Amino acid sequence: MKKVLTGNFAAAYAAVAARVQVISAYPITPQTTIVEILSELVARGELAADFIKVESEHSALAACIGAQAAGARTFTATSAQGLALMHELIHWTGRARLPIVLANVNRAMAPGWSIWADATDAVSERDTGWMQIYCEDNQEVFDSILMAYRIGEREGVLLPTLVNLDAFFLSHTSQVVDLYDAERIDAFLPPYRPAVKLDVADPRSFGALTSPDYYYEFSFKIQKAHEAAAQAITETGKEFGTLFGRSYGLTEAYRCEDAEVVLVTYGTIAGTAKVAADRLRNRGVRAGVLKIRYFRPFPAEDVVRILGRVKAAGVVDRAVSYGQAGPFYTETRSVLPGAGPALTGFIAGLGGRDVSVADLESMFLQLREGKPSPLVWIGVKP
Amino acid sequence: MIEIRFHGRGGQGAVKGSDLLAMAAFREGKQVQAFPFFGVERRGAPVTAYTRISDDVIRIHCFIYEPDVLVVLDPGLMSAVPLTDGLKPGGTIVINTTLDKSAFPVTGIPDVKIATVDCSSIALRYGLGTPEAPIVNTTILGAVARATGVVSIDSVADAIRERIPNKPDLNAQAARDAYDRLHG
Repeated sequence: MKKVLTGNFAAAYAAVAARVQVISAYPITPQTTIVEILSELVARGELAADFIKVESEHSALAACIGAQAAGARTFTATSAQGLALMHELIHWTGRARLPIVLANVNRAMAPGWSIWADATDAVSERDTGWMQIYCEDNQEVFDSILMAYRIGEREGVLLPTLVNLDAFFLSHTSQVVDLYDAERIDAFLPPYRPAVKLDVADPRSFGALTSPDYYYEFSFKIQKAHEAAAQAITETGKEFGTLFGRSYGLTEAYRCEDAEVVLVTYGTIAGTAKVAADRLRNRGVRAGVLKIRYFRPFPAEDVVRILGRVKAAGVVDRAVSYGQAGPFYTETRSVLPGAGPALTGFIAGLGGRDVSVADLESMFLQLREGKPSPLVWIGVKP
Repeated sequence: MIEIRFHGRGGQGAVKGSDLLAMAAFREGKQVQAFPFFGVERRGAPVTAYTRISDDVIRIHCFIYEPDVLVVLDPGLMSAVPLTDGLKPGGTIVINTTLDKSAFPVTGIPDVKIATVDCSSIALRYGLGTPEAPIVNTTILGAVARATGVVSIDSVADAIRERIPNKPDLNAQAARDAYDRLHG
């Protein structure tokens, strides 16, 4: 069934379709409507889940951790300062290997107080053990949440996932979304049955004091889980395509086969970049786009394979790692061999500043000039 | 792809209007996109909202800089902000106003079609909003359907009845009224 939905409704309906059993969240613009819808559905008895009301985002994730550890499939959503307030428990979730799914509406960190799009909030959670997906459109939001449960709950993975959607450019944008039908979704995503859970009949310790004899290996296993996840993401994305007609991978390469210049980017900017690439191709410039879907696990193999055959590439970041450069730029740089393409890092769209087709065309054209730079700010006002 | 930019003031319903237009086009099998740009969220502040309608998948995710159609819910905005910047040659402007189109000269863009209709009075006749703040978003969609032909008036009326929980039939009738009265 196809409907016209905002990104926030797509996220909420994905949680419903995934038959989540526990939801806990705290409102924050521009995420609020996600949990508003879910709380209404629970209150009306249309969603068989517990909605745990809390006084902060920190408590919201704490409630999800408890519920997930007890064997429930859980969901939460937040943005910016709310995600930052969860930070301590974001680490806890990753290290406890609880496959919670969190829809994060990418919003700029304050101050200046801003409700608009910026990926710095999510990028700041890079080293917590969570997988991170960045969505281009509302269909990808819906699909990614379903796949995030399937992948995260897989034996050998057992990792939480942050599913990111850009503030307003997705959260409040209406688009056509195919919600499929419940039977097919249920076949794709069976009920959550963890091998180990909090159970009084089978007592175990969770999150106990861990001596240096063990902590190191716990960390090693999280890295191995991410490596296993990369495989699981590829397999599940293909299976999803067979079942629902839309395939996904760690990345998506758009018109890269014969490209002389490629822009690497993520989120909604990737869609606009595809339009810019199309327009430049009409003018004889062989442009392509490499969309990074997963920031963690980072798709090193895809990046090396696709960028390895182009002369010049650029990375467009809607985030900054202050004192260094764009975070996706530094990650991309880190996996490319020294002889790789000339690589430029662009900063664009911070705090919801619009990134237009013309902006992206100018970035493509700048790549052709052969003067790579790690840090180019697009459209800074004097 | 047709790109439509709505200009209104907080409280007039520009955001909902852009969404309803997308819904109407979706009913006709189109791909659609609608989104708002809020400055400050308060009544009276200028609000911009965007609708894209296409036969193909819509990948673009930025503001609309070169619209085919401008929908102006408050005529005062015609002079308050540089509204017509970027309007395509041959583009259409639909304005809620009591004035004739000759009151809105557009220079520098060839073949602009201007359509004026007094949506505020129509909306009030159907009990939509108050005399101080009529809600004109549904009404003006009838004028948009007439002036542009991007969607049929039946699809507009159906989208309104589906998505407007309060006075759905009166909102749909107001749109039909504007459609019938439009002086292109």
